[in-house]
Order: sequence, then structure tokens, then C-alpha cells
Amino acid sequence: METVKPTHLTEQTVASLSKKKRLSSDQLMAIGFILPSFILILIFVYGFIGWTGYVSFSNWNTLVPDFSFAGLKNYLFLFQDFRFQADLRNTIFFTILFIGFVIISGMGLAILLDQKIKAEPVFRNLFFFPMALSFVVTGVVWQWLLNPSTGVNLFLNKLGMNPKWYTDTNILAGFQWGKIEFGIPAALIAVVIAAVWQMTGFSLAMYLAGLRGIPDEVREAARMDGASEFLIYRKIILPLLRPITVSVIIIMAHISLKIFDLIYAMTGPGANFVTDVPGVYMFETTFRGNYYANGAAIAMIMLVSVAIFIVPYLIHSRKAER
Amino acid sequence: MVLQRISKPIIYFILIAMSLFFLMPVYVMIITSLKPFDEVTLATMWQLPTTLDFSGYAEAFGKLAPNLMNSFYLVIPATLLSAILGAMNGYVLAKWKFKGADVLFTVILFGMFIPYQSILIPLIQFLREAGLYNSILGLIFVHVVYGLPITTLMFRNFYANIPDEMIESAQIDGAGFLGIFRHIMIPLSVTSFVVVAIWQFTNIWNEFLFAVTITTSDQQPVMVALQNLSGSQIVHWNVQMAGALLAALPTLLVYILLGKYFVKGLLAGSVKG
Repeated sequence: METVKPTHLTEQTVASLSKKKRLSSDQLMAIGFILPSFILILIFVYGFIGWTGYVSFSNWNTLVPDFSFAGLKNYLFLFQDFRFQADLRNTIFFTILFIGFVIISGMGLAILLDQKIKAEPVFRNLFFFPMALSFVVTGVVWQWLLNPSTGVNLFLNKLGMNPKWYTDTNILAGFQWGKIEFGIPAALIAVVIAAVWQMTGFSLAMYLAGLRGIPDEVREAARMDGASEFLIYRKIILPLLRPITVSVIIIMAHISLKIFDLIYAMTGPGANFVTDVPGVYMFETTFRGNYYANGAAIAMIMLVSVAIFIVPYLIHSRKAER
Repeated sequence: MVLQRISKPIIYFILIAMSLFFLMPVYVMIITSLKPFDEVTLATMWQLPTTLDFSGYAEAFGKLAPNLMNSFYLVIPATLLSAILGAMNGYVLAKWKFKGADVLFTVILFGMFIPYQSILIPLIQFLREAGLYNSILGLIFVHVVYGLPITTLMFRNFYANIPDEMIESAQIDGAGFLGIFRHIMIPLSVTSFVVVAIWQFTNIWNEFLFAVTITTSDQQPVMVALQNLSGSQIVHWNVQMAGALLAALPTLLVYILLGKYFVKGLLAGSVKG
């Protein structure tokens, strides 16, 4: 059956009408495309965070769920807890050392590789490859390399050094603060070495991309003016790389604040919790000890510590785009 | 110029020294894994094996083979699914912006940075209720859901670079939402699929926290099994190192064969669009 076309509609209006109709159905389809993902994120990210927050205020510290309200009890327990205080200290120093060395090594190697080096791809690939590995693999291997009675100590012994690496219980430059000795736990240095070995490739890739993005004319102009290479880097290149440094810091900070697998595989909590971190404590207390409410409280503190960095960064980078 | 001439050898010296530092773990892994157990002594740790012995590999492979298979069963569907969902989301967020799309994007993006500890307790409750606890299927689901932010980000950034004029001219030619996606966006983003797939493959293969909390015994992916290898009383370092190499091999191969895309993924996953 052929429908009768209304004659008073010009061809143009028919076209625009049908286009309007198609557009709106397209728009519906666009929403249909993204809706499932949005609902999943809403439930599994935000809903679950809310539920964890709820658990963290409950009395669920046995195998049997108990959602009765406990107020701040779990949080107060944690902040008075020797282990958690040690975790916070370790997180602070691990984060500072880890980010510092990842930036120095990544930026340093990127600048060296940018000097028109022969076999540059070979070097680049060598520094990148640990990025393909799991933190578990890294942990297993470095545990062997930094074993105090063997590994690199076989060489260091000849130089008269005998570091105890991750078994060291000393706190460098420490002073009593709360229940813990506050200072740099010597044992953490071993974990930092492994983590820096793994993540240097990332900051190297970022800085190399940044350096390649700086047009040669910028350097040429500065050279014409008689600036030394050192001065060019200090005054021109490094300031141009600042946004990359910010990105590297943010990414490394969030990795460091939630780190779990490397430390779990390499050292565990360590004697006196010198290499313990909230991620390991949360795992052990929740899934080995069944202290769900305490574990949830640790998780919420971890989330807040990450959000302090990430939320301003996300809002800022969204704004910068517009 | 004088400065330049002196500094080149210094640069090479530093680069080679750093390369040795980066290769040191690989060297130790390989030589240790090829030694018989009684030769793995503390004093000879750095020496080459006197004879090649593959018993470490035989034992490690015997123990890890089922877990290696688990990892493949997990990583292949999870990678494919999360790439497809990421492409769909990225397409909408780059080319079909609606009111609040930017806010929605930021809301999704935040999921990339959360510590997974903060969702783990309800997640396990949910998986138990859904009958997905301790199953590869459950792990696939988890990796697809928590992979959404990063795959969405990567595809959105790729699609944002495709000029709007292409979409408009396709619309004039009568192509709709799906037609444009199938006939323009997907063919143009084959490389992006490779980059996202490599990224997800590597991350899911290497992931440990979900794997260790959601699965037990025979459902465990290889990273958990590798970690458990060291749990035995006497640490057989030759077996451990062989196991570590076996567990690392798939992602290392991806890196060696597709290194260019691997690094692209690395950068795409970090640089905000």
C-alpha cells in the first residue's frame, strides 16, 4: 500500500522533518550506548564506595555481618593503632622517595636520550620493559636481588658495605611521634628501588614525548643568543616540561597511595611494620582477620588520600580542555 | 663544542651503566632459573650455571600451567569486552555530546583512580550473591567494569581527533548514529583498538588484588599462583625465577612485538585529553 503524500509539504520541509526525527532517534541511541556503562559506574564505583563508607561506621568486625552503627569507633581505633600509624609514616616516605626518584631518573634519562644518541631505540626499550611486568614479578625478583645475605650484597660486601635492605628495622632520622618512631624506615629503601626500577619507564616515556614536542627552533634561537646547553635546559626546556611533571606526580602519587601487590609480594608488613602500607593492612585485616569494618575504614582513608590529589586534578584538566 | 665532545662519552657511560642496572634482574632471573636447585647457593648467585638445567622450568610449568590457562581465559574476553564498551562510550562522549556529557565523563574518569580496596568489600558481597565469586567469569566482569574509565578515556581522546566535518558529511549522505560508528569510526580506529587491547591485556594479566580476593585455589590467575610459589617452606629460587619468567612472558612478548603501541597506550592512559 502506498501512502498518500501530503501535497502541501515542500520537499525541503520533508527533508528537514525527517532529519529532525532521525537526529532525535540518533540521540536516543547515543544515550542507549552509554547508559549501561554509566549505570555500572554509578553502582560499582559510587554505590560501592558509599557501601564501604557505611560498613566503616558499622560493628562488622567478625565473620557475621553486623551493620549496627558504631560511629567513629573504627577510625578512632586506627589512628591510635601502632600498625596504622606506622603505615601512614611509611606511605608518606614511600610516596616522597618514590615520586622523587621516578621523576629524577625519568627526566634525566629522557634528557640524555634526547641528545641524538646512537642506538637510542635500544636504550629506550631497555628502560621501558619493566613497565610490561607485574608488580608481583618485580617483587619476587627484587626480593631475591636485595636478599641481605646474597644478591647485590655480594658486591657491596667487597666495598665494606652490608645493608640489611628490607629486613632493616632502623628508622632513619627518627623521633618518637604517637606510638611510632617517625622518620624514614631504612627497609623502605629496598622497596623504593624496586618500584623505581619498574616505573621509571613511565616517566621516561612522558618526558621523552614532552621533549620531542618542543620545536627545535626554540633551542636554535637560544643557541643563537649564545646560551649554553645547560642554560637552555634550565631556563627554557624544564619550565616547558612542568605540565608533564605535574601529570607524573599525580599518576605516581595515586599508584603509591594505593600500592599493595609490590609490597605484598616482596616484603609483606615486615618486622615492626617497617614496610607495611594501608593496602596490605586493609587486605590482611579484612580478608585474613575478618575485621570488615576496620578494613572498610582503612579503605575509606586510602580513598580520601587519593581523592585529595585526583579530584582537583580532574576538575582542572576538564576546565583546561574547554 | 669542546663541552659537547667531552660530554658524549659521559652520556654513553651513564646510559650503559643504567642499562646494566635495568637488566640486572633479568640476568639473575634467567641464570637462576636455569640452575639445578643444589647449585642455587647464595655465594654463586651471580655466576652462570655450570650446566643448563630445565628442571626449574619443568616444576614451575607443572605448577603454573592451569593458572596460566586461567589467565588466558580471563584476559581475552575481558580485553575484548572492555575495548568494545570503551569504543561505544568514547564515541558518544566525543561526537554526540549531550547536556552534562563533560560532567558525566569526569564522573566516569574518577573510577580510574580509586583504590580498589574502597569497593572490595561490597564487590565480594555482590559476587557471592550473584554466584560469581571464585570464578573466572566473576573476574571478567570485574575487569570489564573497572576497565571502563580508562578504555572510555582512551577512545574518547582518539575519537575527539577525528574531524567533526567527517561526521557531518556522513550525515548528509544519510548515515545515522550506528552507520557512522560502524563505517567511519571503527575503521578509523583500528590502531586505537590495538592500543587499548594491549593496555587492557597487560593490566588484567598483571593485576593481583582482585585476583587474590575474588578467586581461590584452582580458579586463580597466574600472578596469584606465582605469589603462592614463594609461600612454601623452602624457597626454591630456581623454580620461583622460572615461574616469574613464565608469568611475565606473555606481556613481555606483547611489549617486544608491539612495543610502539604499548608506549602509545602508556601515554594515552595518562595524558588527559
